Amino acid sequence: MKPRDSAITDMNFFTEFGRYLLLMKGMFSRPENGKMYWKEFMHQCVEIGIGSLGIVVIISFFMGAVSALQTAYQLTSPVIPKSTIAQIVRDTVILEFAPTLVCIVLAGVVGSKIASELGNMRVSEQIDALEIMGINTKTYLVLPKIIAALMMIPLLIVISMGLGIFGGRVAGVASGILAPNVYDRGLLENFVSYNVFFALVKGYTFSFIISSIPAFYGYHVQGGSLEIGRASTKAVVVSCVAILFADYVLAALLLND
Amino acid sequence: MIEVSHIRKSFNGNVILNDVSAVIDTGKCNLIIGASGSGKTVFMKCLVGLFHPDSGDVLYDGLNFTKMDPAERKDIRKQIGMLFQGSALFDSLTVEKNVMFPLNMFTTDTTGEKLKRVNEVLERVNLVDANKKFPAELSGGMKKRVGIARAIVLNPRYLFCDEPNSGLDPQTSLVIDRLIQEITKEYNITTIVNTHDMNSVMEIGDHIIYMHKGLKEWEGTKKEIIFSKNELLNEFIFASEFLKDAKDMRMLEATGKIDNDRNMDEIINNDAPLS
Repeated sequence: MKPRDSAITDMNFFTEFGRYLLLMKGMFSRPENGKMYWKEFMHQCVEIGIGSLGIVVIISFFMGAVSALQTAYQLTSPVIPKSTIAQIVRDTVILEFAPTLVCIVLAGVVGSKIASELGNMRVSEQIDALEIMGINTKTYLVLPKIIAALMMIPLLIVISMGLGIFGGRVAGVASGILAPNVYDRGLLENFVSYNVFFALVKGYTFSFIISSIPAFYGYHVQGGSLEIGRASTKAVVVSCVAILFADYVLAALLLND
Repeated sequence: MIEVSHIRKSFNGNVILNDVSAVIDTGKCNLIIGASGSGKTVFMKCLVGLFHPDSGDVLYDGLNFTKMDPAERKDIRKQIGMLFQGSALFDSLTVEKNVMFPLNMFTTDTTGEKLKRVNEVLERVNLVDANKKFPAELSGGMKKRVGIARAIVLNPRYLFCDEPNSGLDPQTSLVIDRLIQEITKEYNITTIVNTHDMNSVMEIGDHIIYMHKGLKEWEGTKKEIIFSKNELLNEFIFASEFLKDAKDMRMLEATGKIDNDRNMDEIINNDAPLS
């Protein structure tokens, strides 16, 4: 890359980041009608929470199941007790799979939906129509989505934790790797409750990323349906990268003794 | 009254509006006309605050709208209704809910009162039995009428219409034009219509502003258009031979040289230039 191109890219990044911060700042204003905002918030809770439940249930169950089988495959030493499989499944699901993997999937499901919904509203002048009515569109359209994501996604992560561990149990027992009581005993051994706290911190951080970045790209779409598609794709890609980066930063900050 | 004073707007160094000043007549149908790319949509968006002009002022009853903070602007915006080019109806809401939306947001009326008002305005725009339909189920003309109903449901003082006839057949365009004109008089609204439809100009234009390449090129009434010697305006308005002939005939009629009913056939069949 030529120095000039590099400078332009840096400039674009800072410009976009500045606009993102302005969008976040612009969200905080007094609602015109609390009841309407509450209705919109509840609608978003249903869209984000209930709407994503199916995919979360499926991926959580199977990631737990696969995790149990692969752990058993790698633990060939006869001195390691079988209950260790349950411990490994539990900790990987709680620490990484449930918060990170689920949120990466949700970045695709929820993120693209938010970006395309707002993008379509922008292109079809629905956002302008709301502005003309005297409604702060950042507050009315973006804030309920972010709060709903902050409420619902950690709940989905908790459900994912339970289902992932359950999936590991079902797979372990069904394939005859270990008995149910051995698995259950393993789940209780060396349990560190801080891991759940860490997973929830990640969950809240990722929820904010999943909702705010697509909202930013959707809100600022210019053009037509092609640009909505591009914005949606970019929102998902940037959200995924941001999730992985935040995952690393949080691990470095919160798991370092 | 809306006063526009020396507004200028550019995008990425490309000047779209260059020192435009105008006064919008109260209680009349004010038309902003011009070719595509002449800056009329940007001009309208500057008036309603969707674009912030680089310089210049927009005054609503003497209050400087461009200098207001967002909270102050809300008060002015509650007096504005706008019909968008694509109608801008909320896809996920029925016609009834679309029209009721401003009432839900800004009034404390009961559901019954709101429903009564919604039915009133829907009836006013000649849309009955469409309450439960979604925007996707409506024709272009019906969408425009729902857009008008939503724009007037809070009894605004100003009605802005961006290309109300785009994508409509001539007959439906006429219906929409007349509806806008009737509503302007009935509700005593100041209406600003952005159009390049010449039928609209002749049908409803009380006060016309002609924009050309970001400048206000001409201003006047629909009668004055006929006699205007502004070349750019004449080129734009009377683009076709048919319309040029129509203009010549109206001029002759106005100067008493022809009687429109009596010797129209004679004029039409005579290829000699009218001078």
